[in-house]
Amino acid sequence: MLRSLKWKFILYAAISIFAILLLLPTLTSELPQWWTKIFPSEKIHLGLDLQGGMHLILEVEAEKAVESYVERVKNNLKDDLRDRGIPAGKVEREKRDQIILEVSGEKGKWEKLLSERYSIMQELSSSETGGGIWKIVLVLDSKQADHIKKNAIDQALETIRNRIDQFGVSEPEIALQGTDRILIQLPGVKDPQRAINLIGRTALLEFKLMDEEGDLEAALKGNIPEGDILLYQRSVDPKTGGVKKIPYLLKEKTLMTGEVLKDARVALDSEFHESYVALEFDDIGAKLFEQITGANVKKRLAIILDNNVYSAPVIQERIAGGRAQITGRFDTKEASDLAIVLRAGALPAPVKIIEERTVGPSLGQDSIQKGVVSTLISAALVVLFMVFYYRVSGVIADIALILNIVLTLATLALFRATLTLPGIAGLVLSVGMAVDANILVHERIKEELRWGKTPRAAIDQGYHRAFVTIIDSNLTTLIAGVLLYQFGTGPVRGFAVTLCIGILANIFTAVYVTRWIFDFITLKVGMKKLSI
Amino acid sequence: MELIRPDTRFDFVGKKKITIWISAVVILISFGSIFLHGGLRYGVDFAGGILLQIKFSKAMDISEVRNALEAMGSKDAMVQKFGEENEFLIRVEKASGDLEEMSKKIQTSLQGRFKDKALEIRRVEVVGPKVGKDLKEKAIWAMVLSFLGIWVYVAFRFRQVSYGLGGIVALIHDIIVTFGAISIFDLEFSLPLLAVILTIIGFSINDTIVIFDRVRENIKKMRKEDLETIFNVSINETLGRTILTSGTVMMVILILFFFGGPVIHDFTTALIVGLLSGTYSTVYIASPVVLVLERYVSKRKKRSR
Repeated sequence: MLRSLKWKFILYAAISIFAILLLLPTLTSELPQWWTKIFPSEKIHLGLDLQGGMHLILEVEAEKAVESYVERVKNNLKDDLRDRGIPAGKVEREKRDQIILEVSGEKGKWEKLLSERYSIMQELSSSETGGGIWKIVLVLDSKQADHIKKNAIDQALETIRNRIDQFGVSEPEIALQGTDRILIQLPGVKDPQRAINLIGRTALLEFKLMDEEGDLEAALKGNIPEGDILLYQRSVDPKTGGVKKIPYLLKEKTLMTGEVLKDARVALDSEFHESYVALEFDDIGAKLFEQITGANVKKRLAIILDNNVYSAPVIQERIAGGRAQITGRFDTKEASDLAIVLRAGALPAPVKIIEERTVGPSLGQDSIQKGVVSTLISAALVVLFMVFYYRVSGVIADIALILNIVLTLATLALFRATLTLPGIAGLVLSVGMAVDANILVHERIKEELRWGKTPRAAIDQGYHRAFVTIIDSNLTTLIAGVLLYQFGTGPVRGFAVTLCIGILANIFTAVYVTRWIFDFITLKVGMKKLSI
Repeated sequence: MELIRPDTRFDFVGKKKITIWISAVVILISFGSIFLHGGLRYGVDFAGGILLQIKFSKAMDISEVRNALEAMGSKDAMVQKFGEENEFLIRVEKASGDLEEMSKKIQTSLQGRFKDKALEIRRVEVVGPKVGKDLKEKAIWAMVLSFLGIWVYVAFRFRQVSYGLGGIVALIHDIIVTFGAISIFDLEFSLPLLAVILTIIGFSINDTIVIFDRVRENIKKMRKEDLETIFNVSINETLGRTILTSGTVMMVILILFFFGGPVIHDFTTALIVGLLSGTYSTVYIASPVVLVLERYVSKRKKRSR
């Protein structure tokens, strides 16, 4: 018995010391250098609700990626039909993933084209409407569509990660949630609105020619010429904050996109002291740009970002070397954010912010402070009450309670789990159960003493009986906790994690550690009468 | 020290006719209040919408904040004082439109209007309606499954389906009563209150198991007594522990209630009601349910013989 007491002591002491070591980095930031090399230096991760920061959930509108893919296929098909001399009436995208086309002439010709180059589009129906005109409805292969969607989401995740990396936030968390949602956590972010603008922007850069012959007046009345689109340049007056919108009539066809960008940097105009973004294209882009500018000298080329025209300069001459610039009335921040999103690339599909939770740093501190103070008061009261009611045995219970909290927090640090406000609720519940476990044991021992048993026998019996109860009640709650973790989301999980860890710590401290102390004082110290 | 004399002989389950009526009335009141209020008042977390918490460096009249919001044409926004004199909650309960855009608009225009008053935006929550619905559904699912888990485990450990059922009925009772209190006090059901419900589930089942455990033990000892007596004896034997534990936890919650600040005020209010209900339901709901079920089962057994 004594021998095993010693071994138990070594085991329990080792566990306790290990837990304290794990907790030290959280408690103090002034640990010596050598310390961090030997021992884990992971701190308890505080949730954004406690430390302040921004939590976002984005939904990737992956359907839009399918839409624009089909749109591109349609444009290619239009060109191909023209190149091969197949007379075509309307060629249009319908719904999200369908193309309707009307063709005439030799049937074999278009059938060959469709089967050779457009096998990803399946023929939904084809019928002769009379006069040798065939109406064909094509639909994008559903597997292909799923593939495009998945790609779009993966790419969006990657792009957003790049943007945030360049924005410079310490310890950001960016992860896929479910199939089409992206979870972003930015602790301690200073300017939430700026971060949202940076993350949520599609940043699709396009170059389109202006339609200078088209009638802008008529277009504004809704009469947009075939093959043209109407876009606006938004300029904000810095003094009044009013927005001016200048309309542009552009050729719908996109000559070039931001895909061919190699670099984008902020530069300062030496003449007007205004920031602009300098673009540098890769080799393909440079050649393309040279071709485009060469073929359209004296015409106006519009630079468009997310359907906003930024500028539409006149092409003076063929531009070689692959450089261009985006001007606008940017301040330095805007220009640098724009450069970041251009460098990181466009999102393949627009994203929508479906959840935002931002907690300012001062509020997080307030909650912690108030929480800590009231928790300390109540903890002190519980500790005092136990000693008051159970005397020496109360001290033993208090040791168990404190160890329980230490173990729970240490485990959180070890597994890099995050402590949130609901998590604290879970902690409070588990501490409540720890108090209960100790009370159960003590009441049981008292009962046994009342029956006239010796302290040793009372301790043995008391623990033996209370053990069943503690295990049953804790396991039941543990089962509930595990299921809540498994099937719950965010806050429910935060609650369940601390609850489950707390319960496991509870079984260890309330059943085993206190038992050891009782055994120790009765067997080793030789206390004859229990103070309980 | 003895707070409770160890030899109490209260007839707890004998009063079940009265207590069942009390519970029925309380549950009726709970449902009634929820019904009269047109359902629970869901917070932004579940219903979707915008919540802003703002703080001025100096005291500020609430009407000024209201005027500012009205001036920018934000009719749906509600303003409410939060804790101190200079702190406010602005809430927009709207489940459609571009919420993110709207939140941005409110923030910039407030910052523009109160430039000299050093306005601090302390918290922003924008929750799309789909997210809130998802959260609600997932939370309900997780709870239902954890109830099932509890039932299966308790039924297995006590070798009787009725014990598991008694525990679950008591849990449901506590949840209804807590929701009733949330509705009567007109609290907003948000994430922290979900945490309360989860906590109450934990406390309530813990309490129930402790008494059931004693019953299981006493059944072996008191073979000649009927189940009702055994329940009474068991509840009396564990009475000291019940009062000590509930008292200690209640003390902690009361401290949080008085000193925890406005952030956890709703949280602790609901927790106090839930804890009271949890302690009550163990004695007056879980135990009678088991007794009634067991009596029914034994009657059927006799009849079939």
